[in-house]
Amino acid sequence: MLLGVAAYHLGSRRARGLIKPDGPRLHSLPGFYGYYLALWATLPAMMVILLWLLGEGQIITAGALAALPAEMTQGDVNQLSLLVNDIRNVAAGSGYEQADTVIKSAAERYLQLERQSNLLLTVLSLCVSLGGALHAQRRITPEFRARNQVEKILTFGLTGCALLAILTTVGIVLSVLIESIRFFQMVPITDFLFGLKWSPQIAMRSDQVGSSGAFGAIPLLTGTLLISMVAMIVAVPIGLLSAIYLSEYAGPRFRSTAKPLLEILAGIPTVVYGFFAALVVAPFIRELGSSIGLDVSSESALAAGLVMGIMIIPFVCSLSDDFINAVPQSLRDGAYALGATQSETIRQVIMPAALPGVVGGILLAISRAIGETMIVVMAAGLSANLTFNPLAAVTTVTTQIVTLLVGDQEFDSPKTLAAFALGLVLFLLTLALNILALRIVRKYREQYE
Amino acid sequence: MSDSSTQKTANARSHDIVMAGLGKRRRAERRFRAYGLVSIMAALVFLVLLFTSIVSKGYSAFLYTNLALDITFDPQMIDPEGARSPEALASGDYDALWKSAIYKLFPDVTERQKKRALTGFVGSSAGQRLRAMVKADPSLIGSTQQVWLPVDDTIDMLAKGNLGDAAELSDKNKDSLIWLTELQNQSRIRKAINKEFFMNGDSREPEAAGIWGAVLGSAFTLLVTIGLSLPIGIAAAIYLEEFASRNRWTDLIEVNINNLAAVPSIVFGLLGLAVFINLFGLPRSSPLVGGLVLTLMTLPVIIIAGRSALKSVPPSVREAALGIGASPVQMVFHHVLPLAMPGMLTGAIIGTARALGESAPLLMIGMVAFIVDVPTGLTSPATVLPVQIYLWADSPERAFVERTSAAIMVLLVFLVMMNGLAVYLRKRYERRW
Repeated sequence: MLLGVAAYHLGSRRARGLIKPDGPRLHSLPGFYGYYLALWATLPAMMVILLWLLGEGQIITAGALAALPAEMTQGDVNQLSLLVNDIRNVAAGSGYEQADTVIKSAAERYLQLERQSNLLLTVLSLCVSLGGALHAQRRITPEFRARNQVEKILTFGLTGCALLAILTTVGIVLSVLIESIRFFQMVPITDFLFGLKWSPQIAMRSDQVGSSGAFGAIPLLTGTLLISMVAMIVAVPIGLLSAIYLSEYAGPRFRSTAKPLLEILAGIPTVVYGFFAALVVAPFIRELGSSIGLDVSSESALAAGLVMGIMIIPFVCSLSDDFINAVPQSLRDGAYALGATQSETIRQVIMPAALPGVVGGILLAISRAIGETMIVVMAAGLSANLTFNPLAAVTTVTTQIVTLLVGDQEFDSPKTLAAFALGLVLFLLTLALNILALRIVRKYREQYE
Repeated sequence: MSDSSTQKTANARSHDIVMAGLGKRRRAERRFRAYGLVSIMAALVFLVLLFTSIVSKGYSAFLYTNLALDITFDPQMIDPEGARSPEALASGDYDALWKSAIYKLFPDVTERQKKRALTGFVGSSAGQRLRAMVKADPSLIGSTQQVWLPVDDTIDMLAKGNLGDAAELSDKNKDSLIWLTELQNQSRIRKAINKEFFMNGDSREPEAAGIWGAVLGSAFTLLVTIGLSLPIGIAAAIYLEEFASRNRWTDLIEVNINNLAAVPSIVFGLLGLAVFINLFGLPRSSPLVGGLVLTLMTLPVIIIAGRSALKSVPPSVREAALGIGASPVQMVFHHVLPLAMPGMLTGAIIGTARALGESAPLLMIGMVAFIVDVPTGLTSPATVLPVQIYLWADSPERAFVERTSAAIMVLLVFLVMMNGLAVYLRKRYERRW
């Protein structure tokens, strides 16, 4: 591998050395011929290495398994993977003494194959690299349009990078969807979407009582909704009024100090908010509640929602600020000319004009609240209660994803697959909100441009 | 005649109406203005509250209470056979050394239970420390030295007054408090900088738990993130802004990127789990996978920032470059990109800062495992600073509360540094065209 990497550098260096603009005028700058050669020396070899590395592991494992007696490799997939793990561990040098001789010989075979494969890879990539360089070198003539070729490859590279965004989305959708489909094969989709009970514990033994596993997502959705609602009740008025004050009333000096301070709130990691919610806000709310005779759960939705609201304030504020600033000055001047006070102008002229944008911003904020994870994991509970009482403990979609997937689990139990189904719900929900919001925002932006 | 008089009275009347309502309207105006100010103040109060609560809880974790013990390095306990070989020195009973030293300090404590409480006074790493001392300098054996040893984490909390008033303490802690004041009177207690906190990996024992492992894990993860997301993000921004023709495909990509920027981070974690770990078989809980996931997460941010930076370069620069015979690629790479670079970097730094504070997707790919060892490479199991904070916040020991706050302070310092850099770059290189 390292040799291969070194070869690329050598190739590009040599290419640059080879190009001497003597004789007729070159079509392109000499550097471009160098780049061209370097690309030919690196890209094909890189591809070879990539393909090799993808296939290598399986071929070597198969080779090592072939060294084992046949009856050992007859077992089912799980046993086989255990065996492979054993061999790899022994090959890596741990537990060599305890391993039995068969495994040992397989491990030796494994190591041998690995060495061979590495050697082969080095030779092959060097050959491909040199071959590529030679091929490119032969094509170099003064008339050769090296620049155009290099630029073409470069543009391809750029396009590939841009396509990565699509690839990511496709990856998300596929990975979540495939696991969800596997989940829905075990648990009917109607049970999942309309079930009122969530208790993902699956019985370890079939005769165990009371843990049949129920995957009704409704309690999680209401919990998510409840916490998001609390967050919005905090964030929307404060964020909106702050934005109005900052854009309409505040002088430039106040604005230039207050705005960055608000932005700090947006830059604080969510895990910090979670810690704050669990350690400061939740006990405070509980004591406040007990002092006025209310029974507040120590992991109340109120605490999580409140802190989440604080987190979202700058988000709402900066978006609304943008939209309020986008309202043309002529509307304001017209209102003042009719004798309206500043607040009347804001309430009756500017707000209606900015409303679609603000609504779009609020939708984006809601989608953010729904997807927020750390605050609810740390401050909201795990008990899936179907309630709209903000003082009770509720759980959310994101919390459940985390609790289902953290820790070692088999990958094909409905419990882990349920996390992917929840992820799908979350993704679709936020996607719908985002698309809606972006559409509103875009439409609104065009209106005044 | 009558016309103008009615006009006059009507004018006067509407004037009166306006004047009568004016006081009310002005009050409404003032009220509205106050609402705005109050809401800004509320947000700022939250900010101050957040910082003060974390700093007030966390600053004490940077110091740790140490206790001076007169340790007699008894050859009988360390190396009875007198071989003085490294193995023999390593197997000595070092716990007995400090135990006998602390019993000597309190000769009147004889009850079994109290004696046990007394040994609980010293942190559990004391034996290892003494062993390291002897290993470094075997000539210590036989001598008596005053050694500063860290106390137990509960005692540390007690010394810092974090356990509340003397009246609220349990019986055991009351005893400890009495001993503590006695030791303080003998000036055997001091607070020293908590080196362990900065140098160690994670531990179940609060006194030995440190953030170094998490900091290194974060550094490795960010290395991967920056190394991948910066070139890819900039390349994608260049393509979309400079080369792509306006058609349905580029529209699709654009909508896609805007959506990706708003997808919950935990969904990226699911993607990482399903694709990088289960499909590609990359090692779980490694900074490599964490970095890949965070790369996908930060890419949209960097692309969007990069595009707006490219957009702000005036078209005259492009036209001039093309006019003197540059190809479109040369125009972009030689002229537009250098001008847009500061803006792009600012966006990239802000995106990376977000990635540094992100923890939810990393929980999905197993970076929450309890990892004592300091990571050594991109594929060794590691955790990152925010996840470490999450783990400590869940720990029941009181001493972890201050450590969590202290770790948060460290994280915030890093974030402030990065954002400060971004602001500096923006100020330094900002250009108005």
